[in-house]
Parts: sequence; C-alpha cells; structure tokens
Amino acid sequence: MTETDINTTIEEVATIELEVFRYRPEKASAPSFDTFTVPLHDEWVLLDALNHIKDEIDGSLSYRWSCRMGVCGSCGMMANGEAVLTCAAFLKDYAPGPIRIEPLANFPVARDLIVGMDDFMEKLNRVKPWVINENGKSVEEGEYLQTPEELDDYVQYTMCINCMLCYSACPIYGMEPSFIGPAALALAQRYNLDLRDHGNEERMDILSSDEGIWQCTFVGECSEVCPKHVDPAGAIQRYKVEATNNWWKSKLMPWSN
Amino acid sequence: MDKRSNEPFWWALFGAGGVVAALTVPVLLLLTGIAFPLGWLPAPTHDSLYALFSHLLVRLAILVIVSLSAFHWAHRFRFTLYDGLQIKHLNAPVAFICYGSAIAFTVFAAVSLYTF
Amino acid sequence: MSYGRYKKYHPLLYRPRHPILWWIKKWAYTRFILREMTSLAVMFYAIVLVLYVNAVAKGPEAFAAFSEWLASPLSITLHSVAFCFAVFHSYTWFNLAPKAMVIRVGKKKIPGSAIMAANYAMWAAVSVALYWVFTTI
Repeated sequence: MTETDINTTIEEVATIELEVFRYRPEKASAPSFDTFTVPLHDEWVLLDALNHIKDEIDGSLSYRWSCRMGVCGSCGMMANGEAVLTCAAFLKDYAPGPIRIEPLANFPVARDLIVGMDDFMEKLNRVKPWVINENGKSVEEGEYLQTPEELDDYVQYTMCINCMLCYSACPIYGMEPSFIGPAALALAQRYNLDLRDHGNEERMDILSSDEGIWQCTFVGECSEVCPKHVDPAGAIQRYKVEATNNWWKSKLMPWSN
Repeated sequence: MDKRSNEPFWWALFGAGGVVAALTVPVLLLLTGIAFPLGWLPAPTHDSLYALFSHLLVRLAILVIVSLSAFHWAHRFRFTLYDGLQIKHLNAPVAFICYGSAIAFTVFAAVSLYTF
Repeated sequence: MSYGRYKKYHPLLYRPRHPILWWIKKWAYTRFILREMTSLAVMFYAIVLVLYVNAVAKGPEAFAAFSEWLASPLSITLHSVAFCFAVFHSYTWFNLAPKAMVIRVGKKKIPGSAIMAANYAMWAAVSVALYWVFTTI
C-alpha cells in the first residue's frame, strides 16, 4: 500500500478572546480575570466557548448550565456588562471581542461564575406562587374551565424560566437587596390574574408592602433583558394601579369590603 | 408580617400630576416662556391676561395644574435621590423635604391665586 | 492543606459593592435618570406659572417687569432646557402609560398602540386648546 501524500490545508480559524471573572476563595480572597482565546465558529454561543475553555484549556472554571437551549434558566451571566443567557448569545455578535464574562450582577458570588441564589428562591416563595382557592373543587367535580381570553390574561407571566437576568438588570435590586424583585412580582401577577385563584387580598399584603412594588421606579431594564418576554415591568406597573385603586377605595369607602 | 404601604397615596398624586403635566406643560411653557418673550407670537396684553385670570375657574385650573405638577415632582425626585445618590436610609428626611415642599408650594399657590 | 480564611465546604461569598455612579455605565440607565430628571422641569414651570399669574395680579408695572425677566437670556435658556425636558416627559409618559393600563372591551384587549394614539391625540387637542386661549384673548 503506497502512502499518498495528502496535501491538507489547515483552515485558519478565527479566534476571539474571553476575559473571564475568576473567584476561588480557597486560593485568594480577591477575584481576578483570566484571558482565554477560543475559536470563533459561526454557530457557537458563549456557552460553547465556556465549555471549550473547561474541556481544553482550564478545567477549574466553574459555571452553571443545563439545557443549552434557553428553557432552563441556568446559564445566566454578564457579557460585556449585559445580562444574557450564555446559550443564547452568539460569539460572532461580540466579534472582534474581547468579551468580558462575569457572574450575574447583584448576586453574591460563590465561585467563578456561580452566584448564590438563596435570596431569589426565598422571594419566589414569599409571594405565594400557588392557586389559592378555599372553595376548591374536588377531582370528581371536574376541571376548572377557562376561556382562551381568560388564559390570555396571564399566560405571558407563566413563561418565566427563573433565569434571574431581570434581577441583574434591576438597579433597584442592586442597591436595595430587600426588594422583592421583578420575577417574583410577575409570578405573583400570574396567580392574581388567574381566575381560578382567589388569593389577591392575601398577596396584596406582601406585594404592596415597602419591600414590594413600591420600591420599583419603572426603570424597565428587567423587561428588556427577559429572554422569554414576560415583561415583569408591565406586571408591576399594572399592580401599582390595582393596589392604588384598592388603597383609595379602602380609605374613601371603608364600608365596601 | 408585611404591612400594606401608604405609598398609594403619593403614587396616585404622582400619576395624576404626570398626566396633567404631560398634557399642559409643554405648550404653556413654550408660549409664556419662549414664544411670547421672544416675539414669535404676539404676546397677550396685561389687560387681556387680567381678564382671563379673573375667572375663578381659570385660576382653579391653574391651581390644579401647578399643585399636581409639584406632587409629581416631589414623588419622582424623592426616588431619584434614592436611586441616584443611594440615600434610601435617609427615607424620612428626604420624604419630608420633598412632600413638604409640594404641600408648602400648594398652599402658597392657593393663597396667591385666590387673592387675585 | 490550609486554605487561609476559606473554610473548606463553607462558601465564602464575594459581594461587590453597587457603584454610586451605576447610571453612567449603561445608556439605558442614563436615559432612565434623564427621564426622572424631567420632574425638575415640571416643578420649575409650576413655580414660574404661579409667579406669572402673581405678576398679572399685581398690575401692569409688575407684569412688565416680569415679562422683561422672561425675555432675559437666563430665562430663555432655562425655559428652553425645561421645554426639552418637558417634551421628553410627555413622550416617555405616553409611551409607558399603556404598560400600566390593560383595558378590555368585552372580549378584546385594547392594543397598547391604540391607547398611545389616544394619549397623543389628547395631548394635541389640549395643546391646541391652550394655544387658542392664549392667542385669542
């Protein structure tokens, strides 16, 4: 068998630099930035670049990801100061780079690109995100029927994937960690506007408190960064109107309850 | 236990003021502050303005416009100070100064418009 | 192996401080602060309007003096800046208002664009009415 001399042409693959935030508390108490050069493929997203770094360059890089298709909400990070899902941000959109990758803003950093989610989880729970219905039907009585228009009222707010990008984009949450926040308030609206739920009064104590909607000054960035177009800013403003009407009615017509 | 805030009181004034200011301030400002002084349009004489403002309803409308505008400013500026200078811990004094100014201004405007 | 301050398996969280000038970092934030600053223009004109009516009440001399001040470079500059901010207030207010009001007629939701159009129409109508009042007296 003769050896054929194959003239292989090595394709010049373009590259792009990533400046990645590193924080390893067991090594150093202060964070730093590491620069990595990754291939610039047309179809690659930031998550592909991070996976490439972890597989080929530095296995110690830590970050969260899961579905890689924009439905799980795990891979949120800051890219050049903007909160994005790394599985949805194409490398070529940042060319020629370099791209600054940092953990989600306004959250404490546990390690590298991983943030502590405890506060977010607590707030989601605080708004009572379940159908409150004391006179619930039993299973034998059948389902609750809803028209498409009734569903249309709240379906937008069911789309939240808990990615926390809105909390990173919200400067109020950054300055005032006690603020309940966009996603939790939109989630509350998902139940308030659902006709099967009768928990409006109960939730109003929490939502219309000082840590609730009244901290929001309608910056609107939360809705801008939301990958699922939930529009939490709109949800909060609508609730401000409702809570205000409710408050004035209770003061001017206290007998109507 | 979360307590329902009394913010709705101020927010309602802020909202009403925002609508009124959005509708009336640009044209009024343009007329009295720019067009008339610069002579772009013939300025109304003192007599005609006096006749216009002598109607109680006109002065009442002006009071509503300026007072709601003041409360709109007070609420918005209060939160701008919190957001811009991060002084939310000075909640009480800032709120007092902002809303206090708006209330004082309303009283001043009411008195001077009434005693036309 | 010693890890210094870090205790193994206990997270040592890094909490960066929120910068005071956060609103300079992103144009969207700067635009927000500018929008909030429009309230100063509104307050400025509220004060000027009251002083204007006061000057009319005091008599022709006082009104002439006030009108002279209104024509001064300082006043024109202040008013011009305030006018830009006032228009910006109206523009942002009418664009954002549909977000807060979701109105239904029967089964259909009124689209935000219709509410915005109604707002702008009202703005035009009020402006024309006020213009007519002040130029035909």
